[in-house]
Parts: sequence; structure tokens; C-alpha cells
Amino acid sequence: MSWFTHMMTSSIGKKVVMSVTGLFLCSFLLVHLSINLLSLLPDNGLLFNEAAHFMSSNPLIRTIEIVLFAGFIIHIAQSYFITRSNQKARPVKYAVNAGNANSTWYSRSMGILGSLVLFFLIIHLRHFWIESRFLTELPADSNGTPDMYTLMIEVFANPIYNIIYLLGVFALGYHLMHGFQSAWRSLGIMHRKYTPVIQGIGIAFSFFITLGFAIIPVFFYFFRQPNQ
Amino acid sequence: MKITLKVWRQKNSKEKGQFETYSLNSVSEDMSFLEMFDVLNEQLIREGKDPVAFDHDCREGICGMCSMYINGRAHGPMQGTTTCQLHMRHFNDGDTIVVEPWRAEPFPVIKDLVVNRSAFDRIIASGGYVSVNTGNAQDANSLPIAKHIADEAFAAAACIGCGACVAACKNSSAMLFVSAKVSQLSMLPQGKPERESRVVAMVKKMDEEGFGNCTNTGACEAECPKEISVMNIARLNREYIRAALASEEDV
Repeated sequence: MSWFTHMMTSSIGKKVVMSVTGLFLCSFLLVHLSINLLSLLPDNGLLFNEAAHFMSSNPLIRTIEIVLFAGFIIHIAQSYFITRSNQKARPVKYAVNAGNANSTWYSRSMGILGSLVLFFLIIHLRHFWIESRFLTELPADSNGTPDMYTLMIEVFANPIYNIIYLLGVFALGYHLMHGFQSAWRSLGIMHRKYTPVIQGIGIAFSFFITLGFAIIPVFFYFFRQPNQ
Repeated sequence: MKITLKVWRQKNSKEKGQFETYSLNSVSEDMSFLEMFDVLNEQLIREGKDPVAFDHDCREGICGMCSMYINGRAHGPMQGTTTCQLHMRHFNDGDTIVVEPWRAEPFPVIKDLVVNRSAFDRIIASGGYVSVNTGNAQDANSLPIAKHIADEAFAAAACIGCGACVAACKNSSAMLFVSAKVSQLSMLPQGKPERESRVVAMVKKMDEEGFGNCTNTGACEAECPKEISVMNIARLNREYIRAALASEEDV
């Protein structure tokens, strides 16, 4: 094996992969939420549709989309292998384990939280990405832009989907609450001056992403019902 | 004090173990946890039963021999203490206490509460040393070391290799132990010449021994009897990435 393969397959290298992909996915969340929040504007979704159309048609963004999918796949696959090897490292479990005395529940539940997010992600991709990209031609809005906004209104009219959506978003929030600051530590970045800043940004980021995404289905469900 | 103990009994590494329940009627609150086990063993010997095997040596919190997972926590409920420094006054009359060995694949149970921690020794042997000939100590002023560096290296060197970090970690990761040893040596001038090769060799050995991967839960730091900081784990990551990427040597 080359030195690079050696490094990347070591326990520390594997965590470097997790943190680099994780932080990359964080940047995706920020872009995704910024565009989604446009759907709350009282303009019948015209600006939102324009932004959504740009994101699905711009060649540069389409290229980054491939990197994004790769990021998701690597992050998920790697977490599976890491979890497997972690479970193998403790074949006999403790009869009594007071985990809450030494760590937060969400830091110990990254696998479960991540799996919930993945479950939500699959349903979410089916409803929006696959629907608009492959299954149906979106109708044009009054500006002639493909009308993603109406699709959102239809999907968010379903209370069961909204519950799954909220569950996914809150699982993501807790995943980020531990993951964001943990990623920097896995990269070796921990410093008396900067770590409090990173932790503060991590908490603010988790709250912003969770509440920002959570407000959208609630808002649509109560204020943007589809026309019968 | 009246104490009920549920203790893990296991004949050897091959056989399956199980919990046995023992009652102790006159435990003094001034006893250490290990002294209570001495009393229990006296009682078992008088009854003609096999005493409970447990590790201990100095009984003053510096050797790292005593282990025991007490009521779900490494070295019991107190912060920054080993089991030998844990006193019965921290428990209540009538308590039931569950005692298990460290549980990790690289720490196989030898008997009852005794586990084999040689995996730590093999990690140290893989690079946790300084290869210079000893001799007379040279003049201290010839090796200037900044106070904060000396303090931090000293704090890392406080690690007694007890394995509580592995025991408490949900992934059985040995990162706190390895990071303390790597930090202690790589920060000081004597350890600098082997800085890269050491961290690479020790991480390689740690992985080979079958310890899990660190997920930064911080459980190790909370349970460490010497309160070694997780800052060391970040430093280990940094040292490893630096050695792998920047060093002219292969990983």
C-alpha cells in the first residue's frame, strides 16, 4: 500500500474522511437552507423558483452536485465501516453502563441519528429531487420558471410526510450539534483560543439549520394549503 | 454499612462468565473500595469459596493497576480517582453495587475482574520511548523548555495507563492513552527527533490491537483518574496527519 492509502485507512485517517465529508455536507446544508428560506417570501414563490431553477440547471452547480453525492456516499459508507469496527472492539457489552455521567446522549448516538437522517433523505429525494428531475415536467410559474413552489405546497400538505420531515430535521440537528465540533477535533484543530469559537459556531449552526428547516413544512402546512 | 455486591465471575478467558451476588454486613465507610473487596475475599475464603480476582498494586492512585467498572463507570462514581482511592463513604447503606471488568476486545478477561492490558505495553514498545543513550544528566540550561510546554507535557505524562479511557469509551478506543504518550514525548526536545516515526508506529500498533475509532464523545476525559485532557487527542490527530502528509518518510 502507498503511504496515502496507509494514512487514509488508519483509524485517524478514517476520521479525517468523516470530518472532511461532514464539513462539506455542512456547507451544502447552508446553501440548501438559504434557498429554501426564499420560499417563505410572500411572492408566490417566484424568487424561490428562480433560485431552484438556477441550482438545477447551472452547469457548475450540476458538477458540484456529483461531488455532493460522492460526499454523501463516502460519509455514509465510511460511518458504516467505522461503526462495524467499533462494535467489534467490544464484543461483550456492559450490564450496567452510566453513559450520561460522562458524555452527551447525542454524541453517543451519531450512528442512529445519521440513520434517521438517511431514512428521511431517501424519502425527501424521492419527493423533490427525483420527482422534479426525472418523473414529471414541472409546470411554469407566471415568470415562465419551472414551478418548484407548487410541488412544495403539495408535498407539505401531507401531515405524515411533515412529521417524518421534522423527525429527520431534528435528528440532523443533534447530529450536527456533536458532529460540527467533533469534525474539527478529528482534523487535529483544537486550541484554547479557537475551540470555544468553533463550539459556539457549531451550536449556532445546529440551531439555525434545525429551526430554519423545521419552520418550512410547518409554515406551508398552516399557511400554504394547495388550491382545491 | 450493609452492601450488596453483584460481581462478574469468570474462570478464565475461554469460559463464559456470570454475575454472583454477595452480601457484606459490616462495611466501614472509611474503607476503600478495594479494602471492601479484601473483606469480601476473607469471607469467601472462610466459606471455602474461590476469592474474587482483582488487580491492585500501590493502592495510592499512581500505579494504574486497579480497574473495575463500578455501577456503569470506570473506577466508580468519583471524578479523578482510581478504584483504590474510592471510599465507601460515597455509597449509601443498603446499596447494591454492580462490578464488572473492563470490557474491550483488546483487553481479554484473565479471571473475574482482571483483564490483560498488555496491548498498552505493545503500543508503548512500538514507539513510546526516546532512543538516546542514557548517561549523566546534562546541564538543564542546555535544553530550554517553555513553562507552558513543560506543564502540558507533564500533564500528559500523568497517564498511568490504567485503561479507564478504553473501558469508558463506547468504541473501546485507546486514543486518550496513545495521545497522552505521544504528546508527552513530541512536545519535549528529547522526543523531537523521533516525532514522526513514533506517532505513525504507535497509531499503527493501536489499530492492529483492535481498539475502536475515536468519535470525540469525551467520555475518556471524564473518566480518566488523572484527568488527561482530550486536547491530547486532537494533538495526536494533528501529529499523525502532519507526519503522514509532511514527513519525507512513508507512513
